Amino acid sequence: MIIKSLDPRVNRSLIDQEKEFQPLESLDQFETYEVFHQKKRGTQHQHVGIVHAPNHELAMMFAKEQYSRRGQCVNLWVVKTSDVFVTDYDDADIFETTPEKKHRDPESYKVMDRIQAFKQKQNA
Amino acid sequence: MEYTEVHVMAVKELLYKMADDQLILGHRNSEWTGLGPVLEEDIAFSSMAQDKIGQAHALYQILHELGEGEPDTVAFMRNAEQFHCCHLVEIPIGEYDFSLMRHFLFDRAEQLRFELLSQSSFEPLAQVARKFKGEVKYHVMHADSWVKLLGTGNEESHARMQEALNQAFPLALGIFEAGPYEEALKEAGIFEGELHLRNLWLEAIKPVLHAAHLTLPAAANDALASGGRYGKHTAYLQPLLDEMTEVFRIDPAAEW
Repeated sequence: MIIKSLDPRVNRSLIDQEKEFQPLESLDQFETYEVFHQKKRGTQHQHVGIVHAPNHELAMMFAKEQYSRRGQCVNLWVVKTSDVFVTDYDDADIFETTPEKKHRDPESYKVMDRIQAFKQKQNA
Repeated sequence: MEYTEVHVMAVKELLYKMADDQLILGHRNSEWTGLGPVLEEDIAFSSMAQDKIGQAHALYQILHELGEGEPDTVAFMRNAEQFHCCHLVEIPIGEYDFSLMRHFLFDRAEQLRFELLSQSSFEPLAQVARKFKGEVKYHVMHADSWVKLLGTGNEESHARMQEALNQAFPLALGIFEAGPYEEALKEAGIFEGELHLRNLWLEAIKPVLHAAHLTLPAAANDALASGGRYGKHTAYLQPLLDEMTEVFRIDPAAEW
């Protein structure tokens, strides 16, 4: 039996309803690539998600439509997910005492920059 | 130089065939939405189909400024014999290999056409051509990537792409069917003509097909795929129009 639909595209494609669903073999899929985009030149690239793709070239093509179709973008990076090395969540304790080390925070510098910028603006 | 009445008619003819090609191919390619081979490709292909409709809209808008009907009316209220599109864009989507090959052959031609037109003496068209430069560049990058990958993928993908090329190439030659105003377009510096474009196109697609290990079929008889520019279409166009315009025709005056 063929699926009847209100969508003419579905009718045209003659999808057989009785046909048994065959799950794909594992790894019978494109690899994933991590996508990073840059909103403005000089700013940091930000991780925005993944795409499945057969190679770097098409990963780039897909990334462009998935992640820069809306909003500003001037540059993209794609990296094979398998090329990204990650820490183990079991080792998350290596970060545990970090929040106590406030003396390492560079935040005051950032504030100084903003204060200086503000002062300059006032004087301008 | 001052445009005469013939030049205005020539510009209109050029705009109609370009816009109709984009509208019909945009509609055809949108038929893959939701049925594309993988999610990412579905989104990319749908988005490009939408780009095509947007490009058509910009050109219908210029036509409107030259005294033709509203873009929606022009797009949705004409019958097949009033369309100027080439046969290539009318053919059903077929399998994905055919749709990709058509996308490659058409967009390569469109990119070169826009490049030529960005220097056109008819400024509104030159502006549109410059505006869509990046958009069309992406379409070509996308098409080239797939053609090269599948042409060199495995035996099946190669055979499919070669077959798609054999099928689509003679049709694609119909893109360059000479219009009735080739000379007028040339003398007024509006457009350098279909023959010139066709030669540029052949030079542009050859290295990509070579890299894809695909062979250009022997030059087919152009007459096979011509007539579209003069309102003679394949049997596939009218059903497409019936489907595309179904909702609009229920109430053409409705505010959307």
